[in-house]
Amino acid sequence: MKAATIQLEDLACPSCMQKIEGALKNLDGVDKDTVKVSFNSSKVKLNFDEEKLSIEQIEDAIKKIGYDVVKSKVK
Amino acid sequence: MQIFILKNKKTITLISGILIAIAFISKWTVGNMDIFTWALVIASILGAAPIAIQAYQSLRVKVVSIDVLVTIAVLGAFVIQNYEESAIVTFLFLFGAYLEQRTLNQTRSAIKELVEMAPESALKLMENGEFEEVDIDDVDVGDILLVKTGAKVPVDGTVLSGEGYINEASITGESVPVEKKEGSKVYAGTILDNGTIRIVADRVGEDTTFGKIIELVEEAQDSKSEAERFIDRFAKYYTPAVLVIGLVVWLITRDMELAITILVLGCPGALVIGVPVSNVAGIGNGARHGVLLKGSEVINAFSKLDTMVFDKTGTLTMGKPSVAEKKYYGDNIEEALSYLASVERESDHPLAKAVLEYIGETEYYPVENTEVVKGGGIVATVNGHRIAVGNVLLMEREKVKLSDKAKADIEDFEKNGNSLVLTAVDGQLKILMGVRDQIRPGVKEDLEKLRKLGVKNLIMLSGDNQGTVDLVSRQLGLTEAYGNMLPEDKSEYIKKLKEKGQIVAFVGDGVNDSPSLALADIGIAMGSGTDVAIETSDVVLMNSDFSRLPHALGLVKATARNMKQNIFIAVGVVIILLASVLFSDWMNMSIGMLVHEGSILAVILNGMRLLRYKLR
Repeated sequence: MKAATIQLEDLACPSCMQKIEGALKNLDGVDKDTVKVSFNSSKVKLNFDEEKLSIEQIEDAIKKIGYDVVKSKVK
Repeated sequence: MQIFILKNKKTITLISGILIAIAFISKWTVGNMDIFTWALVIASILGAAPIAIQAYQSLRVKVVSIDVLVTIAVLGAFVIQNYEESAIVTFLFLFGAYLEQRTLNQTRSAIKELVEMAPESALKLMENGEFEEVDIDDVDVGDILLVKTGAKVPVDGTVLSGEGYINEASITGESVPVEKKEGSKVYAGTILDNGTIRIVADRVGEDTTFGKIIELVEEAQDSKSEAERFIDRFAKYYTPAVLVIGLVVWLITRDMELAITILVLGCPGALVIGVPVSNVAGIGNGARHGVLLKGSEVINAFSKLDTMVFDKTGTLTMGKPSVAEKKYYGDNIEEALSYLASVERESDHPLAKAVLEYIGETEYYPVENTEVVKGGGIVATVNGHRIAVGNVLLMEREKVKLSDKAKADIEDFEKNGNSLVLTAVDGQLKILMGVRDQIRPGVKEDLEKLRKLGVKNLIMLSGDNQGTVDLVSRQLGLTEAYGNMLPEDKSEYIKKLKEKGQIVAFVGDGVNDSPSLALADIGIAMGSGTDVAIETSDVVLMNSDFSRLPHALGLVKATARNMKQNIFIAVGVVIILLASVLFSDWMNMSIGMLVHEGSILAVILNGMRLLRYKLR
């Protein structure tokens, strides 16, 4: 398991959080209970299995629903 | 294609606005209904595209968002060929979203400023012996770094060589530069005003004090209170419910116009955004003024508090003895002070430290024949004179004659809670000093402000004897004060207050008082920035600055009020809209959207007022 912190473009509507959360929870390899989208800091934190999934794939999933990824960090 | 449309939302909004303007101008001037209709149709399709894409994306992840409601409403308007409504609604929705984004960024600005102060790069000593600029993520504990004038200290570390003055305002809120030399600790995010230093990294990234502060504030602004969680749950079922109601209304009345109006009116905008906006602005204001608030739950409890319990030493007082009063007798005082300093320099008594600090730079003489008198003081020969430094007992032993004036002064000093340091030169009393743990400057005024803000009980607890405690309590005008208390007595006392139904804040230094900090409804730590207190308390006053406390209390009260106003605005708007759709005939989709977007902007602008809050 790896922990990722992803900085998004500024989020404007609280329903964006639900969308992003929903999209990430649908990914295979993401630990669903760890997905946390913060509205004000526009950040996503989650744990994922690096054997099933890469950080790029996670970023793509976010970009596909229309949100830009500014920067991401994996530990 | 999708991404292209979403990226150009602003342009789309602009074009659709222009098309709507063209439509109405041509209708009113030349009366051309063809241009009118076609311009509106194009505006509708253009404007609906990004909204529909967002709606589709949210449906795919099983979320019924506002976009879904608006998209269906616009489709409905198309079906009944009301292009005027569809064009105006999409335009207002997009334009509203743009304004929301702009204003929201404002409310977040205070915290953003803080985050942007985080260092991004460092000059790291590489294997080839040269310093090279690297990304902050590539710095590890133990790395040797170079910090030049004007640069940010990239990590928490220790100075290896060089010296300079550092502005530590980002950590402590104190903007007077601090001198750093070999062995000094330096903190990430502070700025080297002048000089050049080499440091070794002790803590990096999120482990640094600054990193912890940022994380704490970032988490605080997104933390949710019970009320907010309720609103969130509510919103999750609310939007689908609106959809169902709209459908039912349409099936029963067969009135498409009414059904789609309900969809637009039902958008829950202001309700979901109102409370978070107050929260983020309030916490942002605190962060700018040296007050770290850990989330909206804390703000709620803090704003209701009626009892404040203070630790004495280090909180209300400076926490270390210092010379509070002094009297000189006769002449040659300069010389006497030098002799006193020379003698005290060789002692490790806590009073001696206070005396030396008070005298400051002076001439030192060699000290001979030093004799320590137990329970009295020190007698020694300096520069050929017999010097006695100690209490009244020592003076008696040395047969120093005390004048009536000196006796009266001594009595005064003792009454004020001082420990006495008397200095006699060749049997003549020259200097009388009163040393005590002094009250922090301005504390009395700050306590008065707290009282004005509605704190009923100001209580002091201390491990000191009751006499000293009573003295401080009288000077500060506290409600109650108790001495001889161990840390566990303090927490026991707080438990009792809570059982009586009072909302209690405990203000302490966070080290030995952590049980009380944890037990109180609100634990307020006087953190000098480096303490574990940052993690264990609910509120941190940076740089141990007591004077931030009234600002903190005033701010949380204003923030709590602001949240209530926003809830009031949001709920009020929904009620008015529902009432008017039922009981009046002027309500339609466009007006509904206008009011909806207007209420969102109203709560954001209201929240923004908190950024400028200042205690009067």
